[in-house]
Amino acid sequence: MTTLLDLPAPAGLHAAARIVAAPGAGGRTVLPVLEGDGPFALRRLRSHAGAAHVCLVGAMSAPLGGDRLALTAVVEDTAALRFTTTAATLALPGRTGAPAAYDVRLAVGEDATLHWLPEPLISARGSDLAQTVRVDLAASARLVLREEQVLGRAGEPTGRLTTRLTVRRAGRLLFDQELAFGPRVPGWDGGAVLGGHRAVGQLLVVDPAFAARPAEPRLLGPTAAVAPLAGPAAVVSAVAPDALALRKLLDSAASRLNAVLQPV
Amino acid sequence: MGAGHAALLVLADGRFPAGGHAHSGGAEAAVKAGRVTDAASLEDFCRGRLHTAGLSAAALAAAAAAGVDPLALDDAADARTPSPALRATARRLGRQMTRAARAAWPSPELDALAAARPRGAHQPVVLGLTARAAGLGPLDAAHAAAYEAVSGPATAVVRLLGLDPFDATAVLARLAPELDHVAERAAEAARRAVHEGPDALPACSAPLLDITAEQHAAWPVRLFAS
Repeated sequence: MTTLLDLPAPAGLHAAARIVAAPGAGGRTVLPVLEGDGPFALRRLRSHAGAAHVCLVGAMSAPLGGDRLALTAVVEDTAALRFTTTAATLALPGRTGAPAAYDVRLAVGEDATLHWLPEPLISARGSDLAQTVRVDLAASARLVLREEQVLGRAGEPTGRLTTRLTVRRAGRLLFDQELAFGPRVPGWDGGAVLGGHRAVGQLLVVDPAFAARPAEPRLLGPTAAVAPLAGPAAVVSAVAPDALALRKLLDSAASRLNAVLQPV
Repeated sequence: MGAGHAALLVLADGRFPAGGHAHSGGAEAAVKAGRVTDAASLEDFCRGRLHTAGLSAAALAAAAAAGVDPLALDDAADARTPSPALRATARRLGRQMTRAARAAWPSPELDALAAARPRGAHQPVVLGLTARAAGLGPLDAAHAAAYEAVSGPATAVVRLLGLDPFDATAVLARLAPELDHVAERAAEAARRAVHEGPDALPACSAPLLDITAEQHAAWPVRLFAS
């Protein structure tokens, strides 16, 4: 556990994890840095095509209210990294009622690839979590990023969940989106935002190949769509009744974008 | 700041010839999907739109009125609008508003934006720059953008559902305190953006508005353009 100097009396856990993926011999990606404390247990898994695969092992009952978690991954030029988790991340209420913060920072270098595919983030009743994900991509970097939020466990009202996902490419803003759901968020469950759905997610794909062949806008049923961004990227946005239905929608979209998706 | 309330009334008037009347703000798709059926569900819809796309638009407008670089704001608007149908709508409305605004309040800043974005800049950016040209301030611009975020759907639903116009207007009246709050938040963010750039602005988004805008754009027959 680390203590931040600007917070003399931390109410919750402060934990950080850091991954660095770098090019190694024979075109394989190596992991010179793979460190995590507190709830972050990172494992190296077997992967194919020379990429490295890091898995965040579950069994963490965090973030709790008051916790501050930070996860950083750097993919150096020409390296390839796949990141997964073994279980969903469950936001739970803490003892103090303080909000929790979970900050993810990702950087992907030239001709490097990152597949960031965590399991869903579940907002349990009474929890309050603010998540930020910031991605900095080099011009020739490739990214596949999946984000899924599930509002409440089965039959449970949701906690409060706010997220901001910001993606820059070659220093220029490509995608910036804030979502907010749950208590004290006006209108979140109305017909403009979720319309009664309890799972929401997106799959963001950035690939220089889109510059020559942009993705086509496409509908995937009544609550999901593929949208080309104003840049070499596409996002699949979906809402669904539950996590399983959401994953099906995103997976079907992923297969449609296969032209530019290469396995990592 | 500067001009009094009358210029704001001219700018925010539904009869200002900027083409907004042809757009439902996602209400047509929501009515078709059964998510807006009466005054109560219209209010929920409008509240959600106000605090998401409405806040983002109000902040962009306030920042443009405050003198933040309109081209940087236009890029920020692109990054905040994943739906290509909504980007196209925002630029079409921006182009129409530019024409009306240059006649109403001629300004070199509007001319420069029109020259840099001949196919139209995002409408909230044009709205903010128009407010600036009219001598209005960032909070005024935010009010106009936030009001538009709810008045469009409310007016459209009168036609789409045959909702009593009195009920639709009552929805807007009930939302007025929240509208003031959203405009103040937007103006505060715009003050930060003057020093920190457009990243200081909110990027609030509504998943169903983005998804259904793509569906609506694909309908062969529709009453509203968006």
